[in-house]
Amino acid sequence: MQTFYNQAFEIRKLILESLSEAGSGHTGGSLGLADVFAVLYHKVLRHNPLKPGWNERDRLVLSIGHVAPVLYATLAHAGYFPVEELKTLRKLGSRLQGHPGRDFGLPGIELSAGSLGQGLSVALGMALADKMDNRSRRTYCILGDGELQEGSVWEAIMAASHHQIDNLCAVVDRNGLQIDGPTELVMKLESLTDRWKAFGWNVISVDGHDQTALIEAFESAQKTREKPTVILAKTIMGKGVKSIEDDYRWHGKAPSKEQLAVFLEELKNSRRYD
Amino acid sequence: MTKWINKGSKPTRTGFGEGVKAAASKNDMIVGLGADITTSVGMHFFADTFPERFFSLGIAEQNAIGVAAGLALSGKIPVFSTYGVFAAHRAADQIRISLCYNNLHVIIGGAHAGISVGPDGATHQALEDIASLRALPNMTILSPCDATQAFISVQKAVEELKGPVYIRFGREAVADFTAEDQDFKIGKAHRMRKGDDLCIIATGHLVWEALQAAEKLADKGIEATVINMHTLKPIDKDSIIEAAKKFSRIITAEEHQITGGLGSAVAEVLAENHPARLLRIGMKDRFGESGKAEELLAKYQMDAEGLVQQIVRWINS
Repeated sequence: MQTFYNQAFEIRKLILESLSEAGSGHTGGSLGLADVFAVLYHKVLRHNPLKPGWNERDRLVLSIGHVAPVLYATLAHAGYFPVEELKTLRKLGSRLQGHPGRDFGLPGIELSAGSLGQGLSVALGMALADKMDNRSRRTYCILGDGELQEGSVWEAIMAASHHQIDNLCAVVDRNGLQIDGPTELVMKLESLTDRWKAFGWNVISVDGHDQTALIEAFESAQKTREKPTVILAKTIMGKGVKSIEDDYRWHGKAPSKEQLAVFLEELKNSRRYD
Repeated sequence: MTKWINKGSKPTRTGFGEGVKAAASKNDMIVGLGADITTSVGMHFFADTFPERFFSLGIAEQNAIGVAAGLALSGKIPVFSTYGVFAAHRAADQIRISLCYNNLHVIIGGAHAGISVGPDGATHQALEDIASLRALPNMTILSPCDATQAFISVQKAVEELKGPVYIRFGREAVADFTAEDQDFKIGKAHRMRKGDDLCIIATGHLVWEALQAAEKLADKGIEATVINMHTLKPIDKDSIIEAAKKFSRIITAEEHQITGGLGSAVAEVLAENHPARLLRIGMKDRFGESGKAEELLAKYQMDAEGLVQQIVRWINS
């Protein structure tokens, strides 16, 4: 099966460069999701970077707005806007807001979001509208694992299975870390599989850095009827930069100029090729 | 002078609900969302007529607002009605980010507004909803005075707005007195009565009470102008400034805390443009309680008699 590790490498590089230039932002989670985003935008999603408003496009809702850098890097790399613009991340007047904002006109942004616990409800509403209209497009929603501590997410989980919204696919970035430390110490989430299953979802657990497994999971989700699917993607926060991997202190920090050079070197050394 | 006649008492929630049904029969894009209290908030008119466009979401207001946002992003015009307390407070963050920041055309019905909710007591009496929502960019807030105006508010919200709108209405049957063919413009207040001595700016159910109060004041030789401020955001600055230029005394009347709602909105306009003496009538920094609607309106001096007493006391002080 075709994989997209080269694209994931480029995305990670752009994430590090844009965050370093910004001087603040969320490095760990952004790097951790690069494989998921490479697979989504190069294989799974029906989309056209030249026609971001195309009516038949699949839609991706980024509920965890703080990992905007992985979305921006992926969109720029895919051709939605010039890669150069990534340098404006988080700066005054930029279309690349700290958390995605539709108002600012960046192509490819489906929802202004960033307050945790809201994205899945919105994605559910989008998918519900498509069901009403008998449209074949699908809606994807990227959630954080710590985000699942928000009660409102479980309202959406309950409602999506109740209404059999099978054109909805959620992805949980299961890196096991949040700002205060390991999720299981801050507020226990396991067993996530059992919990989502008990709420009536089709649950698929995968290694979030195994692109073949990710693609298979998305394909399986597409074939599932009458149930929404959640892909619990086990990821490593900071993936690709060995010295910060699995370190929760890199949740909300950006590399300095000096660190950037070191991190890019580390990224090259751990690079996986297709 | 216009004499306002009660055509027959009717709850404003019924006006809202019939309005949603009427709008939906003209517009296929309208979708209804329910949070268990469908009949209580007037949505059964729609749900019974268009079951394929109505979705039950259970007692989960935060999710309902998000779902509404998603539907709106797909071109639907969602109507989500629940008690004002739950919309404005439970789902406040969803309204702020998913609706207002994204500037989506969603109609929120804010039911059970005010102390006149009655026996359910403080938990269910929306008395801070305007304060909570008025500061949000892109939000429009409508507060119709009777069932007829509630009906019309829905049509205007569907046809003329592009962003989120909160329509506030009450539980009890109240006087239905405005005309079906009234000239209703969002953001443009109605002058309901003309008098030369003072000006009462009222909203919602208290417009009728203010009109009755004006008649009682007239018996005492005090002639009041009464303005129906049916739109609380954007507030009709011109009408307020015009009143301030003409009257040295202005009174606001609302079934809401006197902070953050109509009283505050009028005070802001006065202070910045044309200061005038202001008496704010409403809830005075306390929660409500159980009782019959009319008992509560009397106790908190928001009925016609209470308005008269507060106004006369103010004039004489």
